[in-house]
Amino acid sequence: MGMTLTEKILAAHAGKEYVEPGEIIEAKLDLCLANDITAPLSLEEFDRVGAKKVFDPEKVVFVLDHFTPNKDIPSAENCKKIREFSKKFSINHVYDGGACGIEHALLPEEGLVVPGDVVIGADSHTCTYGALGAFSTGVGSTDLTYGMVTGKNWFKVPESIKFHCTGKWQKWVTGKDLILNIIGMIGVDGALYASMEYDGDAISALSMDSRFAIANMAIEAGAKNGIFRADEKTLAYVNGRGKRPFTVFESDSDAKYREIYEINVGELDLKVACPSLPSNVKDAKELYNIRIDQVVIGSCTNGRIEDLAMAATVLKNKKVAQDVRCIVIPATPKIYLEAMRRGYLEIFMEAGCIISPPTCGPCLGGHMGILAKGEKAIATTNRNFVGRMGHPESEVYLSGPAVAAASAVKGLIIHPSEVV
Amino acid sequence: MRLKGRVWKFGDNIDTDVIIPARYLSSTDPTILGDHCMEPLDPSFSKKVKKGDIIIGGFNFGCGSSREHAPIAISALGIPLIIAKSFARIFYRNAFNKGLALLEADIFDEIDQGEEIVVDLSTGIIKWGLNEVKAKSIPPFMVELVNEGGLINYLRKKLEEENEKI
Ligand code: SF4
Repeated sequence: MGMTLTEKILAAHAGKEYVEPGEIIEAKLDLCLANDITAPLSLEEFDRVGAKKVFDPEKVVFVLDHFTPNKDIPSAENCKKIREFSKKFSINHVYDGGACGIEHALLPEEGLVVPGDVVIGADSHTCTYGALGAFSTGVGSTDLTYGMVTGKNWFKVPESIKFHCTGKWQKWVTGKDLILNIIGMIGVDGALYASMEYDGDAISALSMDSRFAIANMAIEAGAKNGIFRADEKTLAYVNGRGKRPFTVFESDSDAKYREIYEINVGELDLKVACPSLPSNVKDAKELYNIRIDQVVIGSCTNGRIEDLAMAATVLKNKKVAQDVRCIVIPATPKIYLEAMRRGYLEIFMEAGCIISPPTCGPCLGGHMGILAKGEKAIATTNRNFVGRMGHPESEVYLSGPAVAAASAVKGLIIHPSEVV
Repeated sequence: MRLKGRVWKFGDNIDTDVIIPARYLSSTDPTILGDHCMEPLDPSFSKKVKKGDIIIGGFNFGCGSSREHAPIAISALGIPLIIAKSFARIFYRNAFNKGLALLEADIFDEIDQGEEIVVDLSTGIIKWGLNEVKAKSIPPFMVELVNEGGLINYLRKKLEEENEKI
């Protein structure tokens, strides 16, 4: 019996010829990640176990992206602890200050993750790196400590679900609309414990930025990981950045899947996930007269250059509607610079947007754009749970960058074709 | 181990943002986290809940973030166990790693808020009123982990053994 891409990567890291779903294995880790919220708990556990070193200082990464630039004294103290720990244990991959970007946009950009890797991160959207053909998954701080100390962790080999995508993409439609459509179809626990694998000519046609957005939201369907085969586009992306040699794995033609979904992307129009679950998905065109107070264009889902490009296309020579705050957050310093060079930042400023430094900020209701009671936002982020962006009685709608930017102009949730 | 407590019911897809909103995550102090547990759904939950009480959930309990602050907040209130129809993957792993017990059983619709239930963790038998249900058994690997006292104790033991060898 053949193996899937995920099974092959796990087998290789467990030193086995063959693994199958349900089996519990111990796998070697290529990278361990934590951020300014999850690292402090990990470091407390690190002390508690009496560890003297991390397994490999080059394979531990800290990104101080959630509550930074430090939003209050406790956040400042947490970041300080992480910096001190990193100095003590010679961890060089610490992204802080002007080097800070949102972790899941930053790590691939820095070449820290390569195809075929096994990566754990104390952050649920660690699944983003599946876009590179790596196995990556979110864990808690305790699991991360275990990984940082031993260089290994245990995994239950997941069953795989395949999404075979064909057809031609419509104007404005991106990977975000595909993943929202899938979550709407299978539900927030539709892929619980499973691996979501994508293939087909519509996937080959997709940019890396769109693939990252799709892999990013695997967790919103309950999945353990999302994964793509590394193709020419992946290799073009990794070559010149990748910091380690890598192996490209592929699913066997007789690999076993729990389910196979056939999706024609030609039928997809722009999607919006309504409050308060990512599975509450509707077509943007179905939504009428939903007034918004805030727009957020950013996050580890859609804060990349392609997203900013799309938002700039919509916002060019337009104004953000009165009484709407439109916050644009380039996900990393490199993306910020590139947006500046291409003139997007000027377009955003002239439209009346607020440009934030790279941070998670409002995505998790941390800072830099919190909602008051009764306010509504449309965001290119990945979660719209109750109170996610602020007050428990505020609401978040999720979309791709084109709908978000168009909504900023109208002050209502709207399809970009009504604006451009 | 036998547990007895009052029931608090919380529905489907209870996510980590309602278990502990992100704005409190700059703290790792269990008491502070406990004080804000479930705040968006019931602001006075932490005042009303008593040590030993048990949470009953629907499908996909604990979905969302990987934050371990969620099981820590629940444990800080003295809640030893959650019984739900199903659990989100990372939450499941974190809870066991942190010593918070979870059982999968479909009892949400049969039981009322405030009822008293008795649970035998080793057999998975849940009793209330005249009802008796057996929970899905915990994977053997998880049982081993719990017996070791969680992942951190397991690791500590392992490191101590290595240090002795040196
Ligand atoms: S941008 Fe949002 S979802 Fe992504 S890592 Fe930051 S808080 Fe998490």
